Amino acid sequence: MVVQKGTERVKRGMAEMQKGGVIMDVVNAEQAKIAEEAGATAVMALERVPSDIRKAGGVARMADPTIVEQVQNAVSIPVMAKARIGHIVEARVLEAMKVDYIDESEVLTPADDVFHIDKKAFTVPFVCGCRDLGEAARRIGEGAAMLRTKGEPGTGNIVEAVRHMRLVNSQVRKVIAMAPDEVMVFAKELGAPYEILLQIREAGRLPVVNFAAGGVATPADAALMMELGADGVFVGSGIFKSENPAKFARSIVEATTYYQDYDRIVELSKGLGTPMKGIDMSQLEPAERMQDRGI
Amino acid sequence: MSVKIGVLALQGAVSEHVRSLEASGAQTALVKNTRDLDGLDGLVLPGGESTMMRRIMDRYDLFEAVKDFSEQRPVFGTCAGLILMAKQIEGRRGPHLALLDIDVKRNAFGRQVDSFEADLEIKGISEAYTGVFIRAPYIKSAAENVDVLATYEGHIVACQQDRFLACAFHPELTDNPAMHRYFVRMVNEYN
Repeated sequence: MVVQKGTERVKRGMAEMQKGGVIMDVVNAEQAKIAEEAGATAVMALERVPSDIRKAGGVARMADPTIVEQVQNAVSIPVMAKARIGHIVEARVLEAMKVDYIDESEVLTPADDVFHIDKKAFTVPFVCGCRDLGEAARRIGEGAAMLRTKGEPGTGNIVEAVRHMRLVNSQVRKVIAMAPDEVMVFAKELGAPYEILLQIREAGRLPVVNFAAGGVATPADAALMMELGADGVFVGSGIFKSENPAKFARSIVEATTYYQDYDRIVELSKGLGTPMKGIDMSQLEPAERMQDRGI
Repeated sequence: MSVKIGVLALQGAVSEHVRSLEASGAQTALVKNTRDLDGLDGLVLPGGESTMMRRIMDRYDLFEAVKDFSEQRPVFGTCAGLILMAKQIEGRRGPHLALLDIDVKRNAFGRQVDSFEADLEIKGISEAYTGVFIRAPYIKSAAENVDVLATYEGHIVACQQDRFLACAFHPELTDNPAMHRYFVRMVNEYN
Protein backbone atom coordinates (compact mmCIF):
# COMPACT_ATOMS: atom_id res chain seq x y z
CA MET A 1 0.00 0.00 0.00
CA VAL A 2 1.37 3.41 -1.01
CA VAL A 3 1.15 6.04 1.71
CA GLN A 4 2.37 9.59 1.17
CA LYS A 5 2.55 12.50 3.62
CA GLY A 6 3.06 16.19 2.83
CA THR A 7 1.86 15.92 -0.77
CA GLU A 8 0.71 19.01 -2.63
CA ARG A 9 -2.86 17.69 -2.48
CA VAL A 10 -2.73 17.15 1.28
CA LYS A 11 -1.19 20.60 1.87
CA ARG A 12 -3.56 22.49 -0.42
CA GLY A 13 -6.49 20.35 0.72
CA MET A 14 -5.99 21.43 4.32
CA ALA A 15 -6.56 25.03 3.17
CA GLU A 16 -9.64 23.98 1.16
CA MET A 17 -11.14 22.77 4.45
CA GLN A 18 -10.75 26.29 5.85
CA LYS A 19 -12.76 27.91 3.05
CA GLY A 20 -15.60 30.17 4.09
CA GLY A 21 -14.09 30.30 7.56
CA VAL A 22 -12.38 32.80 9.83
CA ILE A 23 -8.84 32.29 11.16
CA MET A 24 -8.18 34.32 14.29
CA ASP A 25 -4.98 35.64 15.86
CA VAL A 26 -4.64 34.63 19.52
CA VAL A 27 -1.89 35.19 22.08
CA ASN A 28 -2.89 32.67 24.76
CA ALA A 29 -5.03 29.63 25.55
CA GLU A 30 -7.92 31.70 26.86
CA GLN A 31 -8.23 33.69 23.63
CA ALA A 32 -7.90 30.48 21.62
CA LYS A 33 -10.89 29.01 23.46
CA ILE A 34 -12.95 32.16 22.83
CA ALA A 35 -12.06 31.91 19.14
CA GLU A 36 -13.01 28.22 18.93
CA GLU A 37 -16.28 28.81 20.79
CA ALA A 38 -17.10 31.60 18.37
CA GLY A 39 -16.67 29.27 15.38
CA ALA A 40 -13.16 30.09 14.16
CA THR A 41 -11.93 27.41 11.73
CA ALA A 42 -8.34 27.83 12.95
CA VAL A 43 -6.27 30.05 15.22
CA MET A 44 -2.93 31.75 14.64
CA ALA A 45 -0.80 31.53 17.79
CA LEU A 46 1.32 34.65 18.31
CA GLU A 47 3.21 36.48 21.01
CA ARG A 48 1.57 39.77 20.07
CA VAL A 49 -1.18 40.73 17.63
CA PRO A 50 0.00 42.93 14.74
CA SER A 51 -1.18 46.24 16.26
CA ASP A 52 0.89 45.51 19.39
CA ILE A 53 3.85 44.54 17.22
CA ARG A 54 3.56 47.99 15.65
CA LYS A 55 3.48 49.65 19.07
CA ALA A 56 6.33 47.60 20.50
CA GLY A 57 8.69 48.27 17.61
CA GLY A 58 12.05 46.48 17.44
CA VAL A 59 12.47 43.05 15.87
CA ALA A 60 9.38 40.81 15.82
CA ARG A 61 10.19 37.09 15.88
CA MET A 62 8.52 33.68 16.04
CA ALA A 63 6.43 33.28 19.21
CA ASP A 64 7.76 31.54 22.30
CA PRO A 65 7.04 27.81 21.74
CA THR A 66 5.31 27.76 25.15
CA ILE A 67 2.55 30.00 23.80
CA VAL A 68 2.10 27.82 20.72
CA GLU A 69 1.94 24.67 22.88
CA GLN A 70 -0.60 26.20 25.26
CA VAL A 71 -2.81 27.11 22.32
CA GLN A 72 -2.37 23.63 20.79
CA ASN A 73 -3.45 22.07 24.08
CA ALA A 74 -6.44 24.39 24.47
CA VAL A 75 -8.30 23.76 21.20
CA SER A 76 -9.11 20.97 18.74
CA ILE A 77 -9.23 23.22 15.64
CA PRO A 78 -6.02 23.67 13.59
CA VAL A 79 -3.28 25.87 15.04
CA MET A 80 -1.14 28.03 12.77
CA ALA A 81 1.95 30.04 13.71
CA LYS A 82 4.15 32.65 12.08
CA ALA A 83 7.80 32.39 11.05
CA ARG A 84 9.88 35.30 9.79
CA ILE A 85 10.25 35.54 6.02
CA GLY A 86 13.26 33.45 5.00
CA HIS A 87 13.81 32.07 8.51
CA ILE A 88 14.24 28.40 7.67
CA VAL A 89 14.99 27.40 11.26
CA GLU A 90 11.98 29.14 12.84
CA ALA A 91 9.89 27.26 10.28
CA ARG A 92 11.60 23.95 11.12
CA VAL A 93 11.01 24.58 14.82
CA LEU A 94 7.31 25.19 14.18
CA GLU A 95 7.16 22.06 12.02
CA ALA A 96 8.82 20.06 14.82
CA MET A 97 6.09 21.35 17.13
CA LYS A 98 3.54 20.02 14.65
CA VAL A 99 1.74 23.29 14.04
CA ASP A 100 -0.85 22.68 11.33
CA TYR A 101 0.15 25.57 9.05
CA ILE A 102 3.05 28.05 8.98
CA ASP A 103 2.50 31.66 7.97
CA GLU A 104 5.74 32.99 6.44
CA SER A 105 4.70 36.46 7.44
CA GLU A 106 5.60 40.06 6.74
CA VAL A 107 4.06 40.90 10.13
CA LEU A 108 7.33 39.66 11.66
CA THR A 109 10.65 41.30 10.82
CA PRO A 110 12.10 39.53 7.76
CA ALA A 111 15.15 37.36 8.43
CA ASP A 112 16.15 37.36 4.77
CA ASP A 113 15.63 40.43 2.60
CA VAL A 114 16.13 38.49 -0.67
CA PHE A 115 14.90 34.92 -0.41
CA HIS A 116 11.75 33.27 0.90
CA ILE A 117 11.78 29.76 2.40
CA ASP A 118 11.81 26.79 -0.01
CA LYS A 119 8.43 25.60 1.19
CA LYS A 120 8.39 22.48 -0.96
CA ALA A 121 11.12 21.04 1.27
CA PHE A 122 8.68 20.91 4.23
CA THR A 123 5.94 18.45 5.19
CA VAL A 124 3.93 21.16 6.96
CA PRO A 125 2.04 23.50 4.59
CA PHE A 126 2.66 27.25 4.33
CA VAL A 127 0.49 30.30 3.79
CA CYS A 128 2.07 33.50 2.40
CA GLY A 129 0.92 37.06 1.81
CA CYS A 130 0.56 38.71 -1.59
CA ARG A 131 -0.36 42.09 -3.04
CA ASP A 132 -0.59 41.13 -6.70
CA LEU A 133 -0.44 38.09 -8.94
CA GLY A 134 3.34 38.36 -9.29
CA GLU A 135 3.83 37.86 -5.55
CA ALA A 136 1.08 35.23 -5.45
CA ALA A 137 2.63 33.19 -8.28
CA ARG A 138 6.16 33.45 -6.84
CA ARG A 139 4.96 32.17 -3.48
CA ILE A 140 3.07 29.31 -5.15
CA GLY A 141 6.24 28.56 -7.13
CA GLU A 142 8.15 28.32 -3.83
CA GLY A 143 5.54 25.87 -2.55
CA ALA A 144 2.99 27.96 -0.64
CA ALA A 145 -0.21 25.89 -0.35
CA MET A 146 -2.41 28.83 0.61
CA LEU A 147 -2.35 32.59 -0.01
CA ARG A 148 -3.73 35.62 1.74
CA THR A 149 -3.73 39.27 0.83
CA LYS A 150 -1.17 41.23 2.81
CA GLY A 151 -3.40 44.23 3.41
CA GLU A 152 -1.78 46.40 6.03
CA PRO A 153 -1.66 44.38 9.25
CA GLY A 154 -2.56 45.89 12.60
CA THR A 155 -4.24 48.97 11.15
CA GLY A 156 -7.92 48.00 11.34
CA ASN A 157 -8.13 49.65 7.94
CA ILE A 158 -9.52 47.49 5.14
CA VAL A 159 -8.36 49.63 2.23
CA GLU A 160 -5.11 47.78 1.51
CA ALA A 161 -6.69 44.31 1.71
CA VAL A 162 -9.34 45.51 -0.75
CA ARG A 163 -6.67 46.86 -3.09
CA HIS A 164 -4.72 43.59 -2.99
CA MET A 165 -7.74 41.31 -3.44
CA ARG A 166 -9.02 43.36 -6.36
CA LEU A 167 -5.62 43.44 -8.04
CA VAL A 168 -4.93 39.70 -7.68
CA ASN A 169 -8.37 38.76 -8.95
CA SER A 170 -8.29 41.18 -11.87
CA GLN A 171 -4.88 39.86 -12.90
CA VAL A 172 -6.18 36.28 -12.61
CA ARG A 173 -9.09 37.20 -14.91
CA LYS A 174 -6.62 38.76 -17.32
CA VAL A 175 -4.50 35.58 -17.50
CA ILE A 176 -7.59 33.43 -18.04
CA ALA A 177 -8.64 35.59 -21.01
CA MET A 178 -5.17 35.67 -22.59
CA ALA A 179 -4.12 33.96 -25.77
CA PRO A 180 -1.40 31.38 -25.00
CA ASP A 181 1.30 33.42 -26.71
CA GLU A 182 0.58 36.44 -24.48
CA VAL A 183 1.25 34.64 -21.21
CA MET A 184 5.06 34.74 -21.35
CA VAL A 185 5.25 38.53 -21.61
CA PHE A 186 2.74 38.90 -18.76
CA ALA A 187 4.91 36.53 -16.72
CA LYS A 188 7.89 38.76 -17.45
CA GLU A 189 5.98 41.90 -16.45
CA LEU A 190 4.80 40.37 -13.17
CA GLY A 191 8.04 38.56 -12.43
CA ALA A 192 5.82 35.48 -12.11
CA PRO A 193 6.75 31.87 -12.91
CA TYR A 194 5.42 31.18 -16.42
CA GLU A 195 4.25 27.63 -15.56
CA ILE A 196 2.12 28.88 -12.67
CA LEU A 197 0.38 31.39 -14.94
CA LEU A 198 -0.27 28.63 -17.47
CA GLN A 199 -1.83 26.51 -14.70
CA ILE A 200 -4.07 29.42 -13.70
CA ARG A 201 -5.11 29.95 -17.32
CA GLU A 202 -5.87 26.25 -17.72
CA ALA A 203 -7.82 25.87 -14.45
CA GLY A 204 -9.57 29.22 -14.67
CA ARG A 205 -8.55 30.05 -11.09
CA LEU A 206 -5.64 30.20 -8.66
CA PRO A 207 -4.40 26.71 -7.81
CA VAL A 208 -4.59 27.44 -4.05
CA VAL A 209 -7.15 29.22 -1.88
CA ASN A 210 -6.69 32.94 -1.27
CA PHE A 211 -7.93 34.44 2.00
CA ALA A 212 -8.25 38.10 2.93
CA ALA A 213 -5.99 39.48 5.66
CA GLY A 214 -4.62 42.74 6.96
CA GLY A 215 -7.20 45.22 8.21
CA VAL A 216 -10.44 43.30 8.85
CA ALA A 217 -12.11 44.97 11.87
CA THR A 218 -15.89 44.50 11.54
CA PRO A 219 -18.44 41.92 10.32
CA ALA A 220 -19.08 44.17 7.29
CA ASP A 221 -15.33 44.21 6.50
CA ALA A 222 -15.27 40.40 6.48
CA ALA A 223 -18.37 40.25 4.27
CA LEU A 224 -16.84 42.82 1.92
CA MET A 225 -13.77 40.67 1.39
CA MET A 226 -15.95 37.61 0.66
CA GLU A 227 -17.94 39.72 -1.80
CA LEU A 228 -14.67 40.61 -3.54
CA GLY A 229 -13.84 36.93 -3.98
CA ALA A 230 -11.85 35.98 -0.87
CA ASP A 231 -12.08 32.28 0.05
CA GLY A 232 -12.12 33.16 3.76
CA VAL A 233 -10.80 35.69 6.24
CA PHE A 234 -7.91 36.11 8.66
CA VAL A 235 -8.59 38.50 11.53
CA GLY A 236 -5.55 39.71 13.40
CA SER A 237 -5.94 42.54 15.85
CA GLY A 238 -9.61 43.08 14.93
CA ILE A 239 -11.04 40.68 17.50
CA PHE A 240 -9.00 40.88 20.67
CA LYS A 241 -8.41 44.63 20.31
CA SER A 242 -12.16 45.27 20.15
CA GLU A 243 -14.32 46.09 23.15
CA ASN A 244 -16.15 42.77 23.15
CA PRO A 245 -13.95 40.04 21.58
CA ALA A 246 -16.38 37.10 21.95
CA LYS A 247 -19.19 39.03 20.31
CA PHE A 248 -16.97 40.42 17.55
CA ALA A 249 -15.60 36.94 16.87
CA ARG A 250 -19.08 35.38 16.58
CA SER A 251 -20.38 38.17 14.41
CA ILE A 252 -17.41 38.10 12.04
CA VAL A 253 -17.76 34.30 11.66
CA GLU A 254 -21.45 34.59 10.81
CA ALA A 255 -20.97 37.57 8.48
CA THR A 256 -18.35 35.56 6.56
CA THR A 257 -20.75 32.64 6.02
CA TYR A 258 -23.77 34.84 5.24
CA TYR A 259 -21.88 37.59 3.43
CA GLN A 260 -24.71 38.38 1.03
CA ASP A 261 -27.47 38.25 3.64
CA TYR A 262 -27.66 41.94 4.47
CA ASP A 263 -30.57 41.71 6.91
CA ARG A 264 -28.48 39.32 8.93
CA ILE A 265 -25.41 41.57 8.79
CA VAL A 266 -27.60 44.40 10.14
CA GLU A 267 -28.36 42.26 13.20
CA LEU A 268 -24.75 41.10 13.51
CA SER A 269 -23.48 44.68 13.47
CA LYS A 270 -25.82 45.97 16.20
CA GLY A 271 -24.47 46.86 19.62
CA LEU A 272 -21.06 45.38 19.04
CA GLY A 273 -19.24 48.07 20.99
CA THR A 274 -16.13 49.81 19.76
CA PRO A 275 -14.03 48.07 17.14
CA MET A 276 -10.26 48.37 17.31
CA LYS A 277 -8.95 51.87 16.78
CA GLY A 278 -7.80 52.18 13.19
CA ILE A 279 -4.89 53.88 11.45
CA ASP A 280 -5.16 55.86 8.22
CA MET A 281 -2.56 54.84 5.63
CA SER A 282 -1.31 58.43 5.33
CA GLN A 283 -0.22 58.27 8.99
CA LEU A 284 2.16 55.39 8.29
CA GLU A 285 5.80 56.10 7.52
CA PRO A 286 7.22 54.02 4.63
CA ALA A 287 9.28 51.99 7.13
CA GLU A 288 6.09 51.12 9.04
CA ARG A 289 4.42 49.53 6.02
CA MET A 290 4.59 45.78 6.62
CA GLN A 291 3.19 44.97 3.17
CA ASP A 292 6.39 46.13 1.45
CA ARG A 293 8.36 43.34 3.13
CA GLY A 294 9.10 40.07 1.30
CA ILE A 295 7.84 40.79 -2.20
CA MET B 1 -34.95 13.30 -14.17
CA SER B 2 -31.73 13.64 -12.24
CA VAL B 3 -31.77 13.90 -8.47
CA LYS B 4 -31.07 17.17 -6.68
CA ILE B 5 -28.53 17.01 -3.87
CA GLY B 6 -27.74 19.83 -1.47
CA VAL B 7 -24.34 20.63 0.02
CA LEU B 8 -24.27 22.20 3.48
CA ALA B 9 -22.49 25.47 2.65
CA LEU B 10 -21.61 27.05 5.98
CA GLN B 11 -17.88 26.50 5.56
CA GLY B 12 -15.43 23.99 4.06
CA ALA B 13 -14.87 22.16 0.78
CA VAL B 14 -18.26 23.07 -0.69
CA SER B 15 -17.41 23.82 -4.34
CA GLU B 16 -15.41 20.59 -4.60
CA HIS B 17 -18.46 18.53 -3.57
CA VAL B 18 -20.64 20.44 -6.02
CA ARG B 19 -18.21 19.64 -8.83
CA SER B 20 -18.01 15.94 -7.89
CA LEU B 21 -21.80 15.61 -7.57
CA GLU B 22 -22.36 17.26 -10.93
CA ALA B 23 -19.74 14.95 -12.47
CA SER B 24 -21.87 12.10 -11.07
CA GLY B 25 -25.00 13.30 -12.83
CA ALA B 26 -26.78 15.06 -9.96
CA GLN B 27 -28.15 18.57 -9.80
CA THR B 28 -26.89 20.55 -6.83
CA ALA B 29 -27.91 23.34 -4.47
CA LEU B 30 -26.13 25.14 -1.63
CA VAL B 31 -27.71 24.88 1.82
CA LYS B 32 -27.21 27.86 4.10
CA ASN B 33 -30.74 28.35 5.39
CA THR B 34 -33.56 26.01 6.40
CA ARG B 35 -35.60 26.89 3.29
CA ASP B 36 -32.72 25.70 1.07
CA LEU B 37 -33.56 22.11 2.07
CA ASP B 38 -36.94 22.25 0.31
CA GLY B 39 -37.15 19.95 -2.70
CA LEU B 40 -33.80 18.23 -2.14
CA ASP B 41 -33.42 14.46 -2.58
CA GLY B 42 -30.24 14.16 -0.54
CA LEU B 43 -27.67 16.15 1.44
CA VAL B 44 -23.87 16.24 1.66
CA LEU B 45 -22.12 17.38 4.84
CA PRO B 46 -18.68 18.47 3.60
CA GLY B 47 -15.22 18.48 5.10
CA GLY B 48 -14.28 21.51 7.17
CA GLU B 49 -14.48 22.19 10.89
CA SER B 50 -17.33 20.37 12.64
CA THR B 51 -17.35 22.69 15.67
CA MET B 52 -17.89 25.73 13.46
CA MET B 53 -20.64 24.05 11.41
CA ARG B 54 -22.46 22.93 14.55
CA ARG B 55 -22.34 26.41 16.05
CA ILE B 56 -23.86 28.04 12.99
CA MET B 57 -26.45 25.26 12.62
CA ASP B 58 -27.58 25.85 16.21
CA ARG B 59 -27.81 29.58 15.76
CA TYR B 60 -30.20 29.58 12.83
CA ASP B 61 -32.48 26.53 13.38
CA LEU B 62 -30.56 24.58 10.75
CA PHE B 63 -29.69 21.83 13.21
CA GLU B 64 -33.29 20.67 13.72
CA ALA B 65 -34.07 21.19 10.03
CA VAL B 66 -31.17 18.99 8.91
CA LYS B 67 -32.13 16.39 11.51
CA ASP B 68 -35.72 16.35 10.23
CA PHE B 69 -34.46 16.15 6.65
CA SER B 70 -32.28 13.15 7.52
CA GLU B 71 -35.34 11.24 8.74
CA GLN B 72 -36.67 11.24 5.21
CA ARG B 73 -33.62 11.46 2.94
CA PRO B 74 -30.09 10.13 2.36
CA VAL B 75 -27.12 11.99 3.83
CA PHE B 76 -23.40 11.69 2.94
CA GLY B 77 -20.75 13.09 5.30
CA THR B 78 -17.01 13.42 4.65
CA CYS B 79 -14.48 14.01 7.45
CA ALA B 80 -16.16 16.77 9.50
CA GLY B 81 -19.45 15.54 8.02
CA LEU B 82 -18.77 12.06 9.38
CA ILE B 83 -18.23 13.57 12.84
CA LEU B 84 -21.53 15.43 12.58
CA MET B 85 -23.27 12.12 11.78
CA ALA B 86 -21.72 9.91 14.50
CA LYS B 87 -23.65 8.86 17.61
CA GLN B 88 -20.52 8.91 19.75
CA ILE B 89 -17.51 11.22 19.57
CA GLU B 90 -14.48 10.55 21.76
CA GLY B 91 -13.83 13.35 24.25
CA ARG B 92 -17.04 15.21 23.50
CA ARG B 93 -20.18 15.38 25.60
CA GLY B 94 -22.98 14.25 23.33
CA PRO B 95 -23.16 13.81 19.57
CA HIS B 96 -24.29 16.22 16.86
CA LEU B 97 -26.89 14.80 14.43
CA ALA B 98 -26.45 11.22 15.74
CA LEU B 99 -27.38 9.43 12.50
CA LEU B 100 -24.82 6.62 12.44
CA ASP B 101 -24.27 3.93 15.09
CA ILE B 102 -20.55 4.55 15.20
CA ASP B 103 -17.98 5.76 17.72
CA VAL B 104 -15.47 8.19 16.15
CA LYS B 105 -12.17 9.69 17.18
CA ARG B 106 -11.39 13.19 15.89
CA ASN B 107 -7.96 14.04 14.39
CA ALA B 108 -7.24 10.36 14.95
CA PHE B 109 -4.14 10.16 12.75
CA GLY B 110 -2.55 13.27 14.29
CA ARG B 111 -2.04 16.86 13.21
CA GLN B 112 -1.57 18.21 9.68
CA VAL B 113 2.03 16.95 9.28
CA ASP B 114 0.58 13.44 9.65
CA SER B 115 -2.08 13.99 6.97
CA PHE B 116 -1.63 11.56 4.07
CA GLU B 117 -2.81 9.94 0.86
CA ALA B 118 -3.23 6.17 0.72
CA ASP B 119 -4.59 3.57 -1.68
CA LEU B 120 -7.85 2.08 -0.43
CA GLU B 121 -10.10 -0.78 -1.34
CA ILE B 122 -13.70 0.26 -1.06
CA LYS B 123 -16.54 -2.25 -1.03
CA GLY B 124 -18.89 -1.55 -3.93
CA ILE B 125 -16.28 0.43 -5.87
CA SER B 126 -14.30 -1.74 -8.24
CA GLU B 127 -11.65 0.73 -9.42
CA ALA B 128 -8.41 1.74 -7.67
CA TYR B 129 -9.06 4.50 -5.15
CA THR B 130 -6.80 7.02 -3.43
CA GLY B 131 -8.06 8.37 -0.13
CA VAL B 132 -6.96 11.88 0.92
CA PHE B 133 -6.88 12.07 4.74
CA ILE B 134 -6.54 15.55 6.26
CA ARG B 135 -6.45 15.74 10.06
CA ALA B 136 -8.86 12.90 9.58
CA PRO B 137 -11.01 11.06 12.09
CA TYR B 138 -11.52 7.31 12.09
CA ILE B 139 -14.31 5.09 13.28
CA LYS B 140 -13.28 3.24 16.45
CA SER B 141 -16.23 0.90 16.40
CA ALA B 142 -19.45 0.40 14.53
CA ALA B 143 -22.68 -1.40 15.43
CA GLU B 144 -23.56 -4.65 13.64
CA ASN B 145 -26.10 -2.96 11.40
CA VAL B 146 -23.38 -0.68 9.97
CA ASP B 147 -21.85 -1.83 6.70
CA VAL B 148 -18.07 -1.27 6.74
CA LEU B 149 -16.95 -0.13 3.26
CA ALA B 150 -13.25 0.56 3.81
CA THR B 151 -10.55 0.21 6.43
CA TYR B 152 -7.06 1.64 6.74
CA GLU B 153 -4.52 0.06 9.09
CA GLY B 154 -7.35 -1.76 10.81
CA HIS B 155 -9.47 1.35 11.37
CA ILE B 156 -12.84 1.84 9.71
CA VAL B 157 -12.69 4.85 7.34
CA ALA B 158 -15.90 4.46 5.32
CA CYS B 159 -19.30 3.02 6.14
CA GLN B 160 -22.95 2.89 5.21
CA GLN B 161 -25.98 2.41 7.40
CA ASP B 162 -29.27 2.35 5.56
CA ARG B 163 -29.57 5.76 3.82
CA PHE B 164 -26.48 7.23 5.49
CA LEU B 165 -23.00 7.19 3.95
CA ALA B 166 -19.83 8.53 5.57
CA CYS B 167 -16.09 8.51 5.06
CA ALA B 168 -13.09 9.86 6.97
CA PHE B 169 -11.23 10.86 3.80
CA HIS B 170 -12.01 13.53 1.20
CA PRO B 171 -13.40 12.13 -2.06
CA GLU B 172 -14.15 15.75 -3.07
CA LEU B 173 -10.42 16.51 -3.31
CA THR B 174 -9.77 13.92 -6.01
CA ASP B 175 -10.84 13.74 -9.65
CA ASN B 176 -12.35 10.31 -9.00
CA PRO B 177 -16.11 10.73 -8.43
CA ALA B 178 -16.65 7.06 -7.50
CA MET B 179 -17.83 7.80 -3.92
CA HIS B 180 -20.16 10.53 -5.19
CA ARG B 181 -21.54 8.19 -7.85
CA TYR B 182 -22.14 5.67 -5.06
CA PHE B 183 -24.12 8.26 -3.10
CA VAL B 184 -26.07 9.47 -6.16
CA ARG B 185 -27.05 5.83 -6.76
CA MET B 186 -28.19 5.56 -3.12
CA VAL B 187 -30.31 8.68 -3.53
CA ASN B 188 -31.81 7.35 -6.76
CA GLU B 189 -32.69 4.03 -5.12
CA TYR B 190 -34.21 5.76 -2.11
CA ASN B 191 -36.46 7.98 -4.25
